[in-house]
Formats: sequence, C-alpha cells, structure tokens
Amino acid sequence: MSDTPKELRYAKSHEWLRDEGDGTATIGISEHAQELLGDLVFVDLPEVGTKVEAGGDCAVVESVKAASDVYSPVTGEVIEVNESLDDAPETINEDAFGNGWMFKVKLDDATELDSLLDADAYDALVAEEDH
Amino acid sequence: MIYEHSRTGRRATAQTNPEMDKLSDIPDALLRKRPAGLPEVSEMQAVRHYTRLSQKNFSIDTHFYPLGSCTMKYNPRACNSLASLPGFLSRHPLAPDTHSQGFMACMYDLQEILKHVTGMHDVSLSPAAGAQGEFAGVAMIRAYHDARGDTARSEILVPDAAHGTNPASAVMCGYKAREIPTGRDGDIDLDALKQALGPQTAGIMLTNPSTVGVFERRIKEIAGLVHEAGGLLYYDGANLNAILGKVRPGDMGFDVIHMNLHKTFSTPHGGGGPGAGPVGVSQRLAPYLPVPMVDYDGTDYIWLTEKERPESIGRLSAFAGNAGVLLRAYVYARLLGREGMHRVAEFSSLNANYLLKRLMEVGFDAAYPERRASHEFILTLKKQAKELGVNTMDFAKRMLDYGVHAPTTYFPLLVPECLLVEPTETEAKEDLDSFVEIMQTIKQEAETQPDLVKQAPHTMPVRRLDDVRAARELDLAWKSDS
Repeated sequence: MSDTPKELRYAKSHEWLRDEGDGTATIGISEHAQELLGDLVFVDLPEVGTKVEAGGDCAVVESVKAASDVYSPVTGEVIEVNESLDDAPETINEDAFGNGWMFKVKLDDATELDSLLDADAYDALVAEEDH
Repeated sequence: MIYEHSRTGRRATAQTNPEMDKLSDIPDALLRKRPAGLPEVSEMQAVRHYTRLSQKNFSIDTHFYPLGSCTMKYNPRACNSLASLPGFLSRHPLAPDTHSQGFMACMYDLQEILKHVTGMHDVSLSPAAGAQGEFAGVAMIRAYHDARGDTARSEILVPDAAHGTNPASAVMCGYKAREIPTGRDGDIDLDALKQALGPQTAGIMLTNPSTVGVFERRIKEIAGLVHEAGGLLYYDGANLNAILGKVRPGDMGFDVIHMNLHKTFSTPHGGGGPGAGPVGVSQRLAPYLPVPMVDYDGTDYIWLTEKERPESIGRLSAFAGNAGVLLRAYVYARLLGREGMHRVAEFSSLNANYLLKRLMEVGFDAAYPERRASHEFILTLKKQAKELGVNTMDFAKRMLDYGVHAPTTYFPLLVPECLLVEPTETEAKEDLDSFVEIMQTIKQEAETQPDLVKQAPHTMPVRRLDDVRAARELDLAWKSDS
C-alpha cells in the first residue's frame, strides 16, 4: 500500500508538484528521495524571482551521505520559497509532502503539467529503480 | 587540544631563564601589544601530545585502507628519501638555471615518462593538485575553441557517476555541465549521449575505468561521436592505476588528461596537500599548456615560459608547481620502470577481481555482477539495509573495530548503500583474505546481533559521532574558556 499522495504530480528525478489551480505550483522532493538521502543537514533554495526551466537544477539538498541537485519539474518564475528549511532542513525528512515543500513557481505553460507522472506511475518508477 | 595543556609563561625549554626573552633588540614600537595567543607548553608536553594524536591515526602505514577511487597504495620510503636529498631541498626556486640542471633534468624526464605512459603529445607538470589539473584541462578546451572562433560551445558533458569535481571544473571555466546517465551494465548510456551531443558541446569529461569500477567498453565509439560533434574528450586520471602502461588515454582518443600523482604515482595523499596534478594533451592542444615547462636543447635544460609559449593558458602557481611532490613521482616512476608500471596495473586489477569474487562467494552483492572489476569494485548492501536494518555506514564503522579503514561509502551516488572497494596492488593475498573474513564476520553479526554493528565502533578512541548534528550545528573554531 503506497503513501504517495494521489493529488500530486511527480518528476522522474523525484520531485513532487502540487497544482494550486491558479497558475502556480508548489514543489518539493518525494518521500522516497528524502529516504534515499537520509538526514538532511542543508538546503540551498533558489531566490524569489529566479527563472527556472523544466528539468533545470534550481536547488540543492545535502545530507550526511550526499549533496543532490533538485530539478524544477516545470518552467516558470520562483514566487516563494520555504525559508523555514534554512534552520530546519529536517522538516523535509519529517514531512516531505507537506511542511517540507521547497518553493512555489508561477507557471509559464500549464500544459507542462501533463507530462509529469501521477502517483501510480511514480510508484512504478520507484519500484523499478529499486529492483 | 594542545591549548588545554597551556599554562601562562611556560616555555619549550622550561629551565632557561625567562629574563633572557627581554634581551631582544626589536624596538618596542614594532612589538605586538598583546601576545599572539599561542599555546604555552613545554617541549615534552608538545611531543607527547602530538605523538599520542599520531597513535590514534588510522593510516596506510598501520591498517588496510581500501578506499575506492582514492588509490591509497603504499608510498615507498625511497621516493621520500631521494626527493629529500639536500641538493633538491635547498635549491631555491629563483636559483639560476645553471644551478638547477639536476632538478630540471628530473622534471624533463618526468614529463617524458608521463607522455609515454598516457600516450599524450605533451605534458605540463605545473598544476598543484588534481582539481587544478582539471581546471587547467577545461581551460585548455576553452582556449582551443576560442582560438578557432568557435565560441558558441557552452556545454561540457559529464556522466552521472563522475567525481563532483568534474562538473565543478566545467562551471569554473564558464561552461554548463550536462549529465549523461549510466546504463544498467555500468557503461555510458550511448543513446542519451547521442541526444546530448550537438554544436553546443565543448567536450566530455570521462574517467576510464569509470567511477563505477568498470572499463568503458565503447570508448572508441564515444570518442568518435564526440569528435564528430566538434567536442573534445577530457580524461580524469582518477583511475589511471588500473590501466597504467597497459592502455593509454591518448590511444583511446582523449585530447586532455590530468593525472593525480598522489594516487597513481605514490606521492603524499590526503590532508589537503601538497599535491600535483600534471596535465597532458594531444597535439592540437599543446600550445595552451600551462607554463612553466622544461625543455632540453641538447646541451642544457631550459624553462619554457610565456615568452616561448605565448598561447599558454598561463601560470597556475608561482614557480613550477609542487617540486617536492613531482620529485617523489619521478623517483617512483624510475623505481618501477616500464615493466613495473605494467605490473601495477596487473596486480591492482587482479587484487580487486580476487577480492570481488571472494566477497560474492560469501554472500555479498556486486553492483555490476556481470562485469569484471577494474582496480576497484562496488558492493551494494541494499539487501542488508532492507532486511536487517544494518546499512553501509554501520558496516563501515564496524570495520574499524577489526582494524580496517572502511572503503568509500555512499559514492558513487547512483548505487544505493554502496561500498567502493579498492585494495591496490600493494596488498598481499593474506591481507585480502583477512578482509573477506572480517566482512563475513560483520555480515553474521548483522544477522544475529544487529545492534552490535549499528552501535560500532566499540574499540576506537571515539565512539559513533553524531554526524547529522555536527553538520547542522557547525562548531569549527576552538575558543578559550577564559
């Protein structure tokens, strides 16, 4: 039984995205991603106003094991970042799909969302990679 | 901390008269008003303190040290003692060439040896470390494209298994790093490479054998594709030990290479240097090599500088790089000779493959079981982590209790729960067998008493450190209580 939220969309590079329905989207990394990384010790967020490209790296998460780029699943402009992660990167470990959100983007092209995975497809991807 | 032994007024030579210090003839105005805050201890205390610390060291001199991707092999003492001859040690870098002919002859010979062993057209010794060698290499790629007016090339391709320094060097030289995935068999995903190549490609940075410990079998095809797209091939010398004298990067089609003398040529390793990262290039990149280099005109050895090599990317350090480290590499190369270098490659690969096969026999999983290892290989402890809750870090810490420095853990990033093991050619069969026994013991412990492994180490001067807290609450500077 998967805990992957059905209402979110997913990128193959393990980010999740929530369509806010008003031309913006909230983005974070998946439960699976945080589990692989282990205890996070540092999060480097983009600056508000940064233009991000779909598939382009725009943030960094660092654990005691590894530093990993975070890729924006969509093209647009960063309108808000979760500053509480600066002092409490562990929020991502504790609540990856909720309070551990990383940044919000104003979408350039809402149809980009269609190319992202749904929860079932993402679970299948994780199972496949785990194989 | 040495400061904890400090007592005001204590001197190295405890019984000398402190009044002696007042006999200084330095004018008062030039003396500092407050003391420098140095530890004040006797000579005996200083000796004991640092001797004790050195005894806590886990080093290649005392323990098996199979740190993958690092080539922690034994450095013959002869390299050190010969490089420390007074004639070398007391030579001033500004001494005239006529007084430096011996040193320059060694450097010239080292350039020639490295050219032969890598199959490159020309070599410069001056980069002071591997990362600086990488920077020099990518800067030369840039200089080559710029000199041809081919300035639209903006990307350097890097496999996802690469050392983090590769994309960093590319970015330092103003390029965008683009990642190429690795296939299931450990080779580069050729289709992804073909898609990524184009008029924007400045080059590709590869390690071969790669960071996943296997030889990139289609390197000729990759070289053809990259050259066809107008890009250049960069060889990261991290794993040169596996192929030393056997296969040459120049023959594989590489245009630039940097060598880590501290890995392959047995110079001091770790502790932040000093290092040496010579670069070699194909003919078309030769004009851009960093200066100074050494040339021989048939009678004398001479320095080649900006004057003789106006297209050079310039200097990376004052003088000729880290002379003492280069001398150690030169002695090492001369001790081995051509045949010895072949044996380095043969035995480092043989040791790795022997160890891999034996560990697989006792129940460990290889990340690429169908591939032959190069001089290193990857185990994945995914099964142990999942079924027993004992992860790679637990295994690594427990190894310390058995007198083994852990292999590289959690690198490369694309293999989960991985151990990157590199025994090197300098380990005997008995030591390899002993490592297998230790791994087998820890595996049994993980099955029967997992907490013993999870709480390791038990016998070290310090127990398991809270590395998460250490990283989150950085506390790096010592402060006096007073």
